[in-house]
Amino acid sequence: MDIPALLRLDAKRAAEEISAGLRAAVEGLGRRGGVVGLSGGIDSAVVAALCARGLGGARVLALLMPEEDSEPESLELGRTAAEACGIEWLVEDIAPILRAAGCYERRDRAIRGVVPDYGPGWRAKIVLPPLLGSDRLRLWELVVQPPEGEAVRVRLKAASYLEIVAATNLKQRTRKLLEYTHADRLGYAVIGTPNRLEYDQGFFVKGGDGAADVKPIAHLYKGQVYQLAEELGVPETIRKRPPTTDTYSLPQGQDEFYFSVGYETLDLCLYARDHGMPASAVAGAAGLSLEDVERVFRDIDRKRVATAYLHAPPVLLSTTASSA
Amino acid sequence: MKDHILLERDVRRFLVENFPLGKDAAELSSTDSLLDAGVIDSTGVLELVGFLEDHFTISISDEELLPENLDSVDTIVRFLQRKL
Repeated sequence: MDIPALLRLDAKRAAEEISAGLRAAVEGLGRRGGVVGLSGGIDSAVVAALCARGLGGARVLALLMPEEDSEPESLELGRTAAEACGIEWLVEDIAPILRAAGCYERRDRAIRGVVPDYGPGWRAKIVLPPLLGSDRLRLWELVVQPPEGEAVRVRLKAASYLEIVAATNLKQRTRKLLEYTHADRLGYAVIGTPNRLEYDQGFFVKGGDGAADVKPIAHLYKGQVYQLAEELGVPETIRKRPPTTDTYSLPQGQDEFYFSVGYETLDLCLYARDHGMPASAVAGAAGLSLEDVERVFRDIDRKRVATAYLHAPPVLLSTTASSA
Repeated sequence: MKDHILLERDVRRFLVENFPLGKDAAELSSTDSLLDAGVIDSTGVLELVGFLEDHFTISISDEELLPENLDSVDTIVRFLQRKL
């Protein structure tokens, strides 16, 4: 079974179908256009280009929403993505809102609970140990780096981990708040940017980047997003940028934070899992041992169970006219 | 060596009080994988290790973070018996 061939898109056709579907979805919601948050990454750049194609450039607003820990190049790349597809863009600096909401203060207090010396000039991120090569249970770790020193890793306690995550989730929730503010002002829909790996595996913040009116690429594997990017003319500087969460002050790859494997590997393993294929069907293409493919399969299954809550709509205790 | 029954009681009590096991903790088999059964997730593993270290005053090294030590009520209890 040639899984890489099965994952190959007819990018031209996919671009046409998705942009048409997006237009129909926005019209079906009774909205006039779309708001999309541009992070400087590949997913949002592709969604912006699909919006421009499906809705018309004049009916799309891109928001660039940097904060204190954003890579400086993210803003520039977001602007490049918007201009490449001819849509209006606005910069909304979310750092003042985050400071007022205590985002940085809450995060830093939680970090100091683990590393008392942590202070101004230090940088930090949270990471998971590698998934491949070992069955060891993986505990979240904090990586901190003093201004003039080496980075050190410390195992996190659950309470500290949850406090750090809750504080940093304010970033995604603030961005969504602003996207809906502009959507209300313009009568637009909010267009979400998760790809299939993020959507399926629950790599999003509930009420943050998980909230949107339409999620046009949630069915696409990450490699397919790259194929679509090329078809849509997304600038090469964005297509060549390694995936990053751009959320912590130390650079953090998505693979060390949540997925624990690169997107190429996860694409192959998720496809195999979705189609009931055995580990042997994917091991060769992924360059992994059978044991490592089984580890990725187990991790996929466990993440689906663990993040079901993120996908769950609000629970109504009785039906109403609009819910029946 | 601590009594198996007392250790299992403490471990089960922690799981029941902190994770969604349903009404009856006895439904959880001693040999069920806590991760595969969806009882705990990656945050739950952190909480479990923190509980074991604090409640039993032990230190669990990275090398000991293995499914055969920590992935079911039974393996946890046997791990504790070796540690205590």
